[in-house]
Amino acid sequence: MPDVSPLQSPAFGSVADVTERLAAVGYLASTAVATTVFLADRLGKPLLVEGPAGVGKTELAKAVAESTKAELVRLQCYEGIDEARALYEWNHAKQLLRITAGQGNEDWDRTRDDVFSEEFLLPRPLLTAIRRPDPTVLLVDEIDKADVEVEGLLLEVLSDYQVTVPEMGTITATRKPFALLTSNSTRELSEALKRRCLFLHLDFPDADLERRIVASRVPELTEALTDALVRTVRVLRGLELRKAPSVAETIDWGRTLLALGMDTLDDDAVRATLGVVLKHQSDQVKAAAELRLN
Amino acid sequence: MVVAAPHGLPGHLVDFVAALRSHGVAVGPGETIDAATVLTAVDLLHRDQLREGLAAAVLRRSGQRKVFDTLFDLYFPAAIGAGTAEVDVPRVGDDEDGAVDVEALRDVLADLLRDGDDAALAELARAVVEALARTGSSGQGGRPGAQPSWSAYQALRMLSPETLLARILDALRDPDVEPGSFADEVLRREIRDRIARFRDMITDEVRRRTAETRGREQVARTAVPKQAEQVEFLSAYAGQLAELRRTVHPLARRLAARLAVRRKHAKRGELDMRRTLRRSMSTGGVPIRPAYRTRRPGRPDLVVLCDVSGSVAGFSHFTLLLVQALREQFSKVRVFAFVERADEVTHLFEPGAELSGVMNRVLREASLVAFDGHSDYGGSFGSFAEYWSDALTPRSSLLILGDARTNYRDPNLTVLRRLAGQARHAHWLNPEPRRQWGTGDSAALRYADVVPMHECRTAAQLADVVESLLPI
Repeated sequence: MPDVSPLQSPAFGSVADVTERLAAVGYLASTAVATTVFLADRLGKPLLVEGPAGVGKTELAKAVAESTKAELVRLQCYEGIDEARALYEWNHAKQLLRITAGQGNEDWDRTRDDVFSEEFLLPRPLLTAIRRPDPTVLLVDEIDKADVEVEGLLLEVLSDYQVTVPEMGTITATRKPFALLTSNSTRELSEALKRRCLFLHLDFPDADLERRIVASRVPELTEALTDALVRTVRVLRGLELRKAPSVAETIDWGRTLLALGMDTLDDDAVRATLGVVLKHQSDQVKAAAELRLN
Repeated sequence: MVVAAPHGLPGHLVDFVAALRSHGVAVGPGETIDAATVLTAVDLLHRDQLREGLAAAVLRRSGQRKVFDTLFDLYFPAAIGAGTAEVDVPRVGDDEDGAVDVEALRDVLADLLRDGDDAALAELARAVVEALARTGSSGQGGRPGAQPSWSAYQALRMLSPETLLARILDALRDPDVEPGSFADEVLRREIRDRIARFRDMITDEVRRRTAETRGREQVARTAVPKQAEQVEFLSAYAGQLAELRRTVHPLARRLAARLAVRRKHAKRGELDMRRTLRRSMSTGGVPIRPAYRTRRPGRPDLVVLCDVSGSVAGFSHFTLLLVQALREQFSKVRVFAFVERADEVTHLFEPGAELSGVMNRVLREASLVAFDGHSDYGGSFGSFAEYWSDALTPRSSLLILGDARTNYRDPNLTVLRRLAGQARHAHWLNPEPRRQWGTGDSAALRYADVVPMHECRTAAQLADVVESLLPI
């Protein structure tokens, strides 16, 4: 059981504390979010956040970093990302320079020990996060985009918070970073990775929370219009659509209405702006037909 | 009655985890320890924090949440017995033990639904279930002293919350919003949603009370919903099928991703002897640079022949959606539907088409019925062979979807054999359990001799089969 070291006190005192501090930096958290963030911090385990696009997975990491006054170290995953991009790399050019400069003056043993030292190591996000002495939030974004091999790489980092560099030995974290992984679940992550993490399925927020989110992001909207927006979006989510609108779309919709100077959500307004929330033509046709928008 | 767990809270947690496991949520000992740590970290007085905390520790997939929630409510109930209800259920004659006054109760319910007050609705659900079990409603006469019996069916039939829709709608409707407009429709759906939630509350409450009298293990065995991908196609009801259809795109993406990995690993083919020897000519017969057979990604034509008669429509629909979502894996997809005869319906599955109601369009627009509308496999294969046999080429794969129940008509094996011979591959996906193949009017075993037949009872099984059939 990885315990929090006595040197490192937990960042949050209680679940209510999490909610309050995240709200202070503009992230309105549901009970589920607040509880899991609190537990991830308390138990020292990484947090795997899964959910549809646009519900604020990456935002959560940023908010946690801001609220705990920690630095955000971000590893954006993509297809083909490898050890050299995620963990560390040797600075070959500089090593060559060092060897050429030392030619004739030094014996081989000294040169070899010297070129594989701290100075020639290029740390990448994972190593950076491990070595930082200050509070750190490590965000591994869209882990499902990366290849399966990268997951293997993460296992050591996430379970023991250490990185092994063959030439230098094992580097252990002096201070555990708060690790947060996000996934759009385009593929199933390996069981090994999942069982090292706490799991949070971030879904669309409930009506009340969404109303507050929209109000805080687009404060110029009137209360009545916000309410109408949120209710309409919730109904749209109930339809069988190819892509259900998420919170980001609700906010966009609010901004659009504001920009167009509309102050009620009547038939015409919806017809004109439905494209902001529904990105597929077939979805628009279906929503218009089902909601009698003709 | 409520019995304390013999090993206290840890023992109770282990029981809970065991119940999760028996419902297909794989929770390892490591996760159980995490869950125990969660119990020490969160404030146990906040039930929703405990719920979310345990979920974070034991769940690994979002589809498992419903099972978890139901079991959580059974193992960590919000109240014991009748609880301390704030809501009073109206009685006939204002007598404390009198029968429930249904009309007055419906008024209360309508008011709460109108305000959308979930907390109060939950209280009401609890009180109603309690009152009905103890004293009965005004229509059926009192039943004081009898053994309480919990029944969601009875409660919902008496309250029939659906019939309140029009009334609530009238109360909420803005006077200057015309009926039938967009705003009106949104409101209608919203109220319908609230009513559905109230129905769930009643069902949950009944489940909890039943668990108290009959033991939670027994209730957990029977009353916990299945995960969407474990639901059997043939016994699924409309709601489950709709939920299943939502999983189609993630499922297709997962299959495609897995396929890409397999392709990458299979990139290097076998040694190509002829080309290696040919190359070795330039180095004096020494094979220095071996040549490999490179695989060309085969993208076959897919011809789907699916039974759309009532009994298997849910299965066919789901499979067709999956095939459409995997469209990039095939160079061309042609879809034929049949009941008594076959007809082409490819045009209904064009990219971007609206697919959730497509089965109704198939039945309406294609000519599939000749006499009585019961499926006739032999006749359908015959008509397919007659009109569209040119759809099958040596490049195409034939996929047949159906339960092979011929209603005792001629299975027409000869034609099927000829069709299978024309195609490169032929496979049959059957949603019936394997043990029922060949029983009654099922010709499954006879067809299985001609075309390899796969059992696809659930979405999970279907995904496995489709993955193994997709070309590398």
